[in-house]
Amino acid sequence: MKNKKISGAEAVVHSLLNEGVDLIWGYPGGAIMPVYDEFYKFQDKLQHILARHEQGAIHAAQGYARSSGRVGVAIATSGPGATNLVTGIADAQIDSTPVVCITGQVSSHLLGSDAFQETDIIGISMPVTKWNYQITKASEIPEIFAKAFYIAKSGRPGPVLIDITKDAQFELFDFEYSKCKGIRSYNPLPTISNDSIDNASKLINNAKKPLIVWGQGVILGNAEKEFKDFVEKSGIPAAWTILGLSALPTSHDLNVGMVGMHGNYGPNILTNKCDLLIAVGMRFDDRVTGDPKTYASQAKIIHLDIDPAEINKNIIADVPVIGDCKDSLERITNKIEKKSHSKWISKFDDLMKIEFEKVIKSDLNPLKEGLTMGESIIAINEFTNGDAIIVTDVGQHQMVACRYANFVKSKSNITSGGLGTMGFALPAAMGAKMGALNREVVAVIGDGGYQMTIQELGTIFQLQIPVKIVILNNDFLGMVRQWQQLFFDKRYASTEMVNPDFVAIAKGYYLDSERVKDRKDLKPAVERMIKSKKPYVLEICVEKENNVFPMIPTGASVSDIRLN
Amino acid sequence: MEKKNNYTISVYTENNVGLLHRLSAIFLKRHINIESFTTSECEIKDVFRFIIVVKMTKSGVEKVSKQIEKQVEVIRVFFHTDSETIFQESALFEERHIQNIIKESNARIVTVNPDYFVIEKTGFRDDTEKLYNDLEKYGLLQFTRSGRIAVSKEKMGISEILNTFKIQK
Repeated sequence: MKNKKISGAEAVVHSLLNEGVDLIWGYPGGAIMPVYDEFYKFQDKLQHILARHEQGAIHAAQGYARSSGRVGVAIATSGPGATNLVTGIADAQIDSTPVVCITGQVSSHLLGSDAFQETDIIGISMPVTKWNYQITKASEIPEIFAKAFYIAKSGRPGPVLIDITKDAQFELFDFEYSKCKGIRSYNPLPTISNDSIDNASKLINNAKKPLIVWGQGVILGNAEKEFKDFVEKSGIPAAWTILGLSALPTSHDLNVGMVGMHGNYGPNILTNKCDLLIAVGMRFDDRVTGDPKTYASQAKIIHLDIDPAEINKNIIADVPVIGDCKDSLERITNKIEKKSHSKWISKFDDLMKIEFEKVIKSDLNPLKEGLTMGESIIAINEFTNGDAIIVTDVGQHQMVACRYANFVKSKSNITSGGLGTMGFALPAAMGAKMGALNREVVAVIGDGGYQMTIQELGTIFQLQIPVKIVILNNDFLGMVRQWQQLFFDKRYASTEMVNPDFVAIAKGYYLDSERVKDRKDLKPAVERMIKSKKPYVLEICVEKENNVFPMIPTGASVSDIRLN
Repeated sequence: MEKKNNYTISVYTENNVGLLHRLSAIFLKRHINIESFTTSECEIKDVFRFIIVVKMTKSGVEKVSKQIEKQVEVIRVFFHTDSETIFQESALFEERHIQNIIKESNARIVTVNPDYFVIEKTGFRDDTEKLYNDLEKYGLLQFTRSGRIAVSKEKMGISEILNTFKIQK
């Protein structure tokens, strides 16, 4: 489009359309009204979904980005509208989620005057955005939007925020759009060195007890196929971080489970027994490594990552392979010998047997009367055939869901990993559903986190977004209670919750809803929920004081993992 | 424990409002104190150079430099020890009376007034420190010291980096 004088607000819409955006989440207000006026005019091309709180809008945009692989977009007004986005922006930053946030701002002549709903959102969001920019002239809009989408999506993805003063939204100018193809100070795709590929391949060929730990980099890099080829040719057992989950099917022979604080017994113990650890698109978070001094200290370490700043940040790599893992994995796979490590893999099986006896059996087939979170997840597996997108919040239910949910397809596990944002799941689930309309989306949420963004039931009702919402209700902030039990002599400070009638609340929003307390009712209720074509809220009342095991206490070594 | 040293971090950046905030946030997040901070346009038009002096371990300064280089508008980051750089600081001293010490100090008189006079001294921290200690006894009216300015002994090649980008496009 060339040389047509339009307002800055209209230019915002055309810029979004040029970037292929057809859905945007937000909440209107004074400083962004000109843009909303254009949304009204362009509603046939660009759908805007009104959340019930700006935090809901940004988490929905995140969920949308995670399920679709596209850039999520959230929009809010100045002041409180903008600050309400911040938690979601920080979450997207630490979990590398591509989102573009647009905020309104007071007119440029009022900047710095403490005007009504003025806040320094550029300053506030700077440490938690990949990039941000304040637009004060309409003519900046096309270039800045093009840059924003390019930066959000390229390299290691992340959140970008664009703040637009109200006068820039009204100003008329000649609109012309061209996509951003590069920024001279920004190199999103580092060139992979041949040496790193050679050295990594040599170490892999010589290893006797190698272990792969993969993270979300495999998903963000669209490298699921290359990763699977690498795992299968090398014959190396592969374990996942919470954000890597679903990149390789749960049932894959070489998938040996989760690493980290509540991960599986085998991969944690054997991290400290392997002779080579191959980290793919993961960042050695403290919840993964436990005490970094003892973490895999006996092993050589190969670290594949697109972000050079991750290399040697937490764990020193013997061979860093910096670059896009879609590329590097394929090149390494070509250079390695086909192998199987059956003796080494049998060690994982042995440890799984111990974990099954001591933990999994009673989680999934409890002898006690009360329902467990584990059997609830298994019931969901049964009726979704393990083919659903599971969106979790933060806490016990999140760990249990990640441990027991089955996954067939990638991009199916959506959770707040790095930031641990309670309140993430409900809005993220509605976003995930809009990003993958042909897939079943099941949100699994604790009673605590559910009440942090419960207002989004209003959005789900208004749009009739057919997400399935499972509340695992133990009337406690369960994970904090577990820590109080284990490390604070059972002093349950402010963790018990007297909860409202969740079914009545759902019904207040005219949503189908039911509650189960007894084992015999669980499966039929889950089946009814999954068969429904409408949004559905299922409250499952679970045992109040169950704990999640295995567990690595904070600061302990991964091999000191406890089974009870 | 890894030893802490003085490092001069040189950051080449685009000319951008707010980048200073982004850089300082990187230090703040890690609870690192900045010893000195200077910025100016460098030898290339519209490219700015920040000179940041920190006392850190080598592995610490490596990590921080990578975090800085990760920022979209940062072109390149280098860090050097004192022996790898040529550096200076400048200080201004305001005093009521001329002292004899000034003759031997190689300081420059900036202004003389009936009420006060101002001298300027450029050099290493030790040089300005010594003059400060000498003059303090006689009562300093005001004292201020600039951040470090530094050039590296090794080549930095920013023009080449920018040219490569032009050729690729």
